[in-house]
Order: sequence, then structure tokens, then C-alpha cells
Amino acid sequence: MIDSLRGQNLLDLGDLSRDAIVEVLDAAESFVEVNRRTVKKVPALKGRVVASLFFEESTRTRLSFETAAKRLSADVLSLAVASSSVKKGESLRDTIATIDALGIDAVVLRHRSSGAARQVSRYVPHVRVINAGDGLHQHPTQGLLDAFTVRRTLSERRGVSGASTGADLFDGLHVLIVGDIMHSRVARSDVDAYTALGAQVHVCAPATLLPAEVATWPVTIDEDFDDALSRADVVGLLRLQHERGSGVFVPSTAEYTMTHGLTLDRARRLKPDALILHPGPMNRGVEVDSRVADLPASLVTRQVASGVPVRMAVLFLSIVGTAKGEDQ
Amino acid sequence: MIGKDGVEQADLLVREGVVADRAPSLGVPVGAHVVDATGCWVGPAFVDLHAHLREPGGEAAETIESGARAAAIGGYSLVVAMANTEPAIDSAALVEYVLSRGSRARVEVAVAGAITVGRRGESLAPMAEMAARGVRLFSDDGDGVQDPAVMRRAMLYAAGLGVRVAEHCEDARLVAGGSMNEGALSSRLGLVGRPAMGEELMVLRDIELARWTGAAIHFLHLSTARSLAMVVAARREGVNVTCEVAPHHFTLDESACADFDPLYKVNPPLRRAQDVAALRAALVRGEVDAVATDHAPHPPESKDLPFDEAPAGVLGLEHAAALTYEALGSEQCDPHRFFDVLSRGPARVARVRHEDFYPRHGGHGGALHVGEDANLVVFDPSSRWVVDRDDLHGRSRNTPYHGRAMRGRVRATIARGVLVVDEGELT
Repeated sequence: MIDSLRGQNLLDLGDLSRDAIVEVLDAAESFVEVNRRTVKKVPALKGRVVASLFFEESTRTRLSFETAAKRLSADVLSLAVASSSVKKGESLRDTIATIDALGIDAVVLRHRSSGAARQVSRYVPHVRVINAGDGLHQHPTQGLLDAFTVRRTLSERRGVSGASTGADLFDGLHVLIVGDIMHSRVARSDVDAYTALGAQVHVCAPATLLPAEVATWPVTIDEDFDDALSRADVVGLLRLQHERGSGVFVPSTAEYTMTHGLTLDRARRLKPDALILHPGPMNRGVEVDSRVADLPASLVTRQVASGVPVRMAVLFLSIVGTAKGEDQ
Repeated sequence: MIGKDGVEQADLLVREGVVADRAPSLGVPVGAHVVDATGCWVGPAFVDLHAHLREPGGEAAETIESGARAAAIGGYSLVVAMANTEPAIDSAALVEYVLSRGSRARVEVAVAGAITVGRRGESLAPMAEMAARGVRLFSDDGDGVQDPAVMRRAMLYAAGLGVRVAEHCEDARLVAGGSMNEGALSSRLGLVGRPAMGEELMVLRDIELARWTGAAIHFLHLSTARSLAMVVAARREGVNVTCEVAPHHFTLDESACADFDPLYKVNPPLRRAQDVAALRAALVRGEVDAVATDHAPHPPESKDLPFDEAPAGVLGLEHAAALTYEALGSEQCDPHRFFDVLSRGPARVARVRHEDFYPRHGGHGGALHVGEDANLVVFDPSSRWVVDRDDLHGRSRNTPYHGRAMRGRVRATIARGVLVVDEGELT
């Protein structure tokens, strides 16, 4: 268990204690201000090199990380490996050794295989590794930015600053995560983040989309979606990949919408102050009705906006904590 | 001397490939080489039912010669080379190829022929042709025979030939895309699981096929408590079943995969701690016919892949005896049980004993009687050592036991009457 991200890798949110997560959220609060300036840049990581290594294409996450690194004045080496010569079967060790030879302080890694970030961290122990999504395993910065978005929204409602609330606002908060939990790295990171912060996490999905032995997770399994919705303070929706709604895991996307989609009718059951999150990209009309996605309760665009300050916080804490950082 | 019936302290003379004499005290003939086995167990050398020697086609990982070196160090006098080479051993010519390479190796090499052509699970391989060249065990190992109609036909045919089929029990569809045991851990790690059920359903199917066809079936590397229980029950009911367990399955559990190190990726996967305990208990009770290594060499670059893309398999030949000794209770280890599971049991399954009609291979798994072929091992149960992957004798380094403290070590191996390992080193 890590009590502070300073100088540490971010591989798995399950490694982070409540204090470590609050430290990231608080640091992100301070970086929000930077993003509002005319000159959106601080010299915190000047001279440092961040490699962004995406074995799996994700324009949104890559842009968000690279923007974060640049706003901290880091140099960014951007390698979209997904479209280059790297094919399935190339040694992960060889690829990372090549990048490492260029001289880097941190690598932001996205990979289709679960555990890839953990493996890379063993190959280059002197480089900080930030997991930007590995297979079905983890997407730690998404978990952090979801928690950040929720805390910021709830603290604004109370007219206090997010940083002054620590993890208090999560105490007893009912968070319902709905959808393809089995195949979702976002769900795994969200569960870790919310439970560490003290929230009560519920999951709801067709049984075929629940992970094996989900009863061992620190969550409540809600079978009745309508009932669960009426008790939720936060609803986290997940994307249903179309191939999973084609008779493989559920009979059709239409049937999924019927049983687990956040339709307009269902949205009426929500508490008046409930929040709706979705990591994007949304399948409007499948897991969420288009009109619901555009309700004020929907925090989807706030989530995207939170991405940059949260990733600035992660990069900053992870890199400056290293030996080279301390003498600055 | 761990004979079939009792234990005694004795001298044993090997001459011209056979046990020439055995008595409480023998004089040393002129020119004889003396192996001091004081404090050690002397028994029939081990027989491995399950080694991937990778030749032909995978010589970067292992060859018959290098695998036989590892086998000699491990105390084996005979290993059965599995058929999943490239090309698969599915013809008399390929059987002859492996046997001829094996005839020059340090230990004897027997062959498991493929059940189906190219191990594709579709049409029967020429089992009679291969049987005529001495093959007694047939397997598509690496994969199970998926189609029950094909397996039923293969078993009927094998029963007619008097040979045994050996099945890798995993339903390909149930374990598709999986890289570790399915359960709470795979669920947290986001790794697609290979459910225990994927193994157990095929064990159940094959027991029923064996009951109906009357064929002899050998279950390879059983890994779950339930698989073993089904096989034990079937044996009690008179079905002609035998089974093996692999050292990694009774030594390591799925928690080894928690750091995504592909060294711990095997098929079937490492299971839950309670399965490991059940396998160890079954070994102690004598419910398992054989410990078999599933020795699966891979070159280092293949273990530098992501967990889900890396090939499955671990080395086994050099460490199986010590791990078996440990599983049988170390100081409490019954030496008869030890030689039953490492030598006499597998020799019976492979039909390479003195009393088996098997012209291609000598007598293994013997009783240390005068006149038997000299396939012997000297095992020192008091030796304590630590595994170092740089001390391995095969071509590959993918052992999951690097740094592990071991009890018991092979001091000498005599294969085909030749001292191939002395003082723990290759001669």
C-alpha cells in the first residue's frame, strides 16, 4: 500500500491508500487554476522528459496526458505505437528499452494487455511508470478523475473548496456502477478509488457482464437496477462494446438498453441531486439515453475537463518525488 | 535400497547394463567405479510421462539432447517426448526421428504419438503404424481432443491396439483467451480466466468415454481437487484410468500470477490454494499414478511478452524430485510412495517396465532385482540447496523456482547402465 504517490509508479489504484488518493485530488485542485490562466504553464517539470507510449490507440487519453505534461513544462516524446511497426508478439522489454535509451523520466503507457504497466515497471525501475490503461485491469487516472469530478461537484454545491474536504464527502456516499464491469478497467479503478475514499459502491449488470467471483469485491451487487437507481447518489455508466451486445454476452444492445440502459423513464427515479458519470465515448441510445446524457446531472464534460489537472497532479507527484526532483 | 517390498542397506553392482549383484556387502571388483550412496535412497531411476523436448521445430528452446541432460540431472532414465513439436509427431517417420535422436542422448527417450493428424483434432493419426514402432501412449497434449466424436473413435481404436490415450483436459471454448485460473484473482487482475470447469467437464466426458469404449485413458496434469476426485471415483468403479499431477500444480498456487510475471503462466493454470492442498493430499494417499513434469522450455524473449500473449509452460525435469519429496512431507516422506509416483507408476503407465513387452525401451521402474536393466537413481534426502536458474542444464531458463530453497537432491543417475550423473554433475 502506497501512502503517497511521490516518487512512485501509478500502476494500480488498489495500491494507493486513502491519503495517497486525497493527495492527488488536492494537487489536482491546485492545477485547475493553472488551466484557467492565459498562460497555461508552470515550470514544475521543466527539463524532464515524459514518453507517452500508446500501444492501443486512444486519442482522448493521450491528448489529455500530453497536455498535462506540457502544462508542467515537460518535454513529451509521443509514440503512437499502435500504428507503428509494433505488432502482437514483439517483446515488451525491447520496445521499452528503446524508449528508455532516449533518456526519459516517466513513461505513460497504454496497452491492450492487463499487467503491461506492471511488467514495464520491472524492466525500467529507474523510470516512473504511469498506467494509462492496461487491458481489462486498471485505468488509474480515470478512477482518480472520476473521484475528483465527484468531489469537486459536491464541494461546489456546499460552497467549500474541494481540497478542504479531504475524503469527507465520500463518507457513506452510494455510488452505483452499471454495465460491462467484467471487461472494464475503468470499473476496477473506480471501485478502488471510491472504496478507498469511504463510499459505498454498488454494481449492477446482467450476470454475464459481472466479473468472476464478484462477491469477493468490496461492493454490493444490486440485482434490481430500478431500485438501485433510486438509492444512488452517483451513477457511473460504462460503455457497452457493440460486439458484447451482439448475442455474445447479452442478446442485443436493444435488450441491454431495456434491462440496464439509463433511459429517460429510469432517470426519473434518480434522486434529484444524483450525479451521472460516463468515461466516454458514450453510446447514446444504448447505455444512456441521449437526453439523459445532456441533463445537468450529467458530469461527462466535467470529467473530460478534470482529466488534465488530475494527470498534471499524477505526473508531478510521481516525477518530482524521484531523487533528481528533490534537488530542484 | 528402496526395493518394491522393503528397504535395506546394501551394495549393488552394475555390470554390462544390468544389476549384476546385490547383497548387504559386496567387494569392489577391479576397475569398478564406486558411487557412495551412504545416507541416500537408491531406487529405480525416474520416468517422466510428460516432457516437451521441442525437437523437431523448437530447437531454440530445447533439443532432445539438451532435454536429456536436464532429465539426467533430475534423476530420470526415461522421458516420454510429447508430440506437440513442429511438425507434430503423427507418423512412423517422425517417431523414428525422435527415437533415433533419443538413442544418442544421455537418457532413454520414448515417444507419445499424436492422436490426430497434426494434432488438429479432426482425423485419426496412424496409431497402429506408430504403435508398431513402440509407441504406447498417444496424446494431442497442448490441446485436448475437443470433438467428442473424434475422441470416442480414437479411444475405440486405441483400445483395439492395446495402447493408452493421454488427454490434456481443457475445453478450448471454455478457456478461450484465458491466461490464468478464473476466480477472484483473475477478476481483480483483469485477466481472462481459464475456469476449473474447463478442465473438469472434459475429465467427466473422457471418463464416460473410457467407461463406454473400455479404452485405457491417462489424464495429464490434473490441477483441480474435483478433477482428481472424479478420476479416483472412476478408478474405484473399474474404469481404466490413470492420472498424473505436475510439480508446479502441487507446489504453486494462482497467487503467483498476481504480479503478471509470465513465468507463472501454465496450462492448465495454477489453481487455488485448496486445489494445491488437495493434490498434495492425493499424492500422499497414493491416489496419483505419476508425478509428471510437463517440462515446457521457452526461450527468454517469449517470457518478455505481456502475460496474456506469453506462451504457457515452465521447466520441470531438474526440480520434480525435490518438489515431490517436499510434497510428500520431507522427513515424513515415504520412500516407497516417492518411487511409486516418480518411477514405478509412470513406468507402468508408459509400459516401459522389465515385464512389459516393449522392444524399444529397457526396463524402467524396476524392483532392484538382480538381472534387471540398470536404470537407477541415488537421491540424497538430506541435501539442502537453492535453485539458481543459471545452473540449469537444458537450453531454457524459464523455471518458476529460481531462489527457492529445496530439500533433497539427485546425487547420481544410471541410465541404460551408464553413470550419467555423478556427485550431482553430468559425467
